[in-house]
Amino acid sequence: MSLDISFIGILIGSIMASSVPLILAASGELITERSGVLNLGVEGMMIIGAISGFALMVITDNLLIAIVGSMLSGVIISLIFGFLTQSLLTNHVATGLALTIFGIGLSAMLGKNFVGIPGKEFPILFSSLRESIPFFGPILFGHSIVLYFAFALPFLTNYFLKKTKLGLVVRAVGDSPVSASNQGINVILVRYCCILYGGAMCGLAGAYLSLIYTPQWIENMTAGRGWIALALVVFATWSPIKVLIGALIFGGITILQLHMQAIGFRIPVQFLSALPYLMTIIVLVVISRDSRKIKLNTPTSLGRIFYKEK
Amino acid sequence: MYKNFFKYLISAIFLLGFSVNSNADFKVGFVYVGPTGDHGWTFQHHEGRNAVEAAGIKTTFVESVPEGADAERVIRQLAQSGHDLIFTTSFGYMDPTNKVAKDFPNVKFEHATGYKREHSNVSTYSARFYEGRTLLGHIAGKMTKTNTIGYIASFPIPEVIRGINAMTLAAQKVNPNIKTKIVWVFTWYDPGKEAEAAQALIDQGADVIMQHTDSTAPVQTAEKAGVWSFGQASDMQRFAPKSILTSIIDDWAPYYVERAIAARDGTWNQQDTWHGLKEGMVAMGPYNSAMGADLVKEVEQLQKDLASGKVHSFTGPIYDQKGNILVAEGKVADDGMLAGMSVYVKGVEGDIPK
Repeated sequence: MSLDISFIGILIGSIMASSVPLILAASGELITERSGVLNLGVEGMMIIGAISGFALMVITDNLLIAIVGSMLSGVIISLIFGFLTQSLLTNHVATGLALTIFGIGLSAMLGKNFVGIPGKEFPILFSSLRESIPFFGPILFGHSIVLYFAFALPFLTNYFLKKTKLGLVVRAVGDSPVSASNQGINVILVRYCCILYGGAMCGLAGAYLSLIYTPQWIENMTAGRGWIALALVVFATWSPIKVLIGALIFGGITILQLHMQAIGFRIPVQFLSALPYLMTIIVLVVISRDSRKIKLNTPTSLGRIFYKEK
Repeated sequence: MYKNFFKYLISAIFLLGFSVNSNADFKVGFVYVGPTGDHGWTFQHHEGRNAVEAAGIKTTFVESVPEGADAERVIRQLAQSGHDLIFTTSFGYMDPTNKVAKDFPNVKFEHATGYKREHSNVSTYSARFYEGRTLLGHIAGKMTKTNTIGYIASFPIPEVIRGINAMTLAAQKVNPNIKTKIVWVFTWYDPGKEAEAAQALIDQGADVIMQHTDSTAPVQTAEKAGVWSFGQASDMQRFAPKSILTSIIDDWAPYYVERAIAARDGTWNQQDTWHGLKEGMVAMGPYNSAMGADLVKEVEQLQKDLASGKVHSFTGPIYDQKGNILVAEGKVADDGMLAGMSVYVKGVEGDIPK
């Protein structure tokens, strides 16, 4: 086996690529949840983003339209969720589950004519630097623009929540919608915006799969990544940076265990397969032990229905 | 909140409608493990169903049914709603199929790739995919430069192990230095994970990738990396025109039509069918010209010999990993041994997950 330094660079590069959908979806859902809305429809929004992005790519032959369109489709489908939970005051859990079931079904129907069409190559940036610099080349360069965006997103999200007035508003709405409302904040509007933003990020996460990671449309191609993203948000105790760490660990161990199998390590394969889930939970639980901080980060009114008394 | 959650969940599942309408006509039901659009395993079964429909017989299907408790519910539902013949098209449906068959003696059941026929109304059928694997092994052994073949395996069941062994034996015959590296992904269908497994194998030096999973992601990964690959279950050539050397194609249509007509006309009886290249249940996709004319000719001859029975994929002497003899010199493995195959042959690296 080859464990030289340039190989490790390539390995880290592919771990980063595999974590992107988790980072995007989890960062989006994090904002939604910080505003007090629990949207279990992540998987559904991702799969809708995947088919919309792919279909638009085939129809328009324009990757920019495909990417923007996938985000818009996420916005539209999350608008349904927003309308039901915020305006009609339905139960968040039930509506979110319905959204996932609906998304998977709708995407399969929309995708009927797009099965079996090979995808297009997505442009990567700085591909010459990737080859010429050992170790750091494959880590830093030769990725799609979406990857760079995904890796900046947790830091932007962190900044937004901690340092901006708008971030404070989102947190206030998530912690105590009644007091926020009394302060003159339009709780419903803020929650709508957070839901739509979450939808856009999940749509982009889906498009990353169908346009960049495995460029094709296959039914149910998200294969449960939405649920993992949801779990990441909780185990990362609603901290954007920890979401990033969790996503990298999950993607990293998934890929490492495949490599360990290929190398021929004598460890039971079932154990290796369970390892990503185990390690992610263990690490996130260990780094989030501080119960004071958990309390600070947890949106107290998560999943509770808010309505303004007139 | 949780009380409500379960209430909604249960009603959602009921409404989700594995519900099928009933009427007195002859009807055939199909249960699929993946979506019909997987362009692999389930896609080919669905093609078979289309052929049954084209023969003028009514059919229904339920797709993406997980192997487990759900499967039994779905099969039972189909039996209850007036289906006369039910095809359950994945290994993991074996016990549920037999369980439901006991309660519905008038309904006929056909279970794919299994070996349990506990009741007289259960037949089993499978294809000798290993014959196709023999051809792939021959090609892979000739085409590899690194002498390393990467194999993406799904679950440690006899069918998958048989494929690994058949491929390795054939590759060893043309290239004694061959190594087979295996990655178990424990899924039939997860494009992302299958792509990652292919990439891991390529990074570990494999320059021929083979899969026993259902999506087209591994062949695309191979195409991107510039290594060879083979299509699985259906012709995947257009997903990786440069990389794919050939595909193993499952053709269920003739069998499905024959059995459906037999059931309708009352001539159906219990069978254990195992068809291969000879009957056309296993077919090969077009051979890539990159193989060179000589190799194509060689492989075509081997394909003919396998079909005629002149050559058998498991011809002795065959040894297991420890060097114990499995099949004596001059003998071929019988079907019973093939059906229950649970050890690797010599030359395969690693252990079978238990």
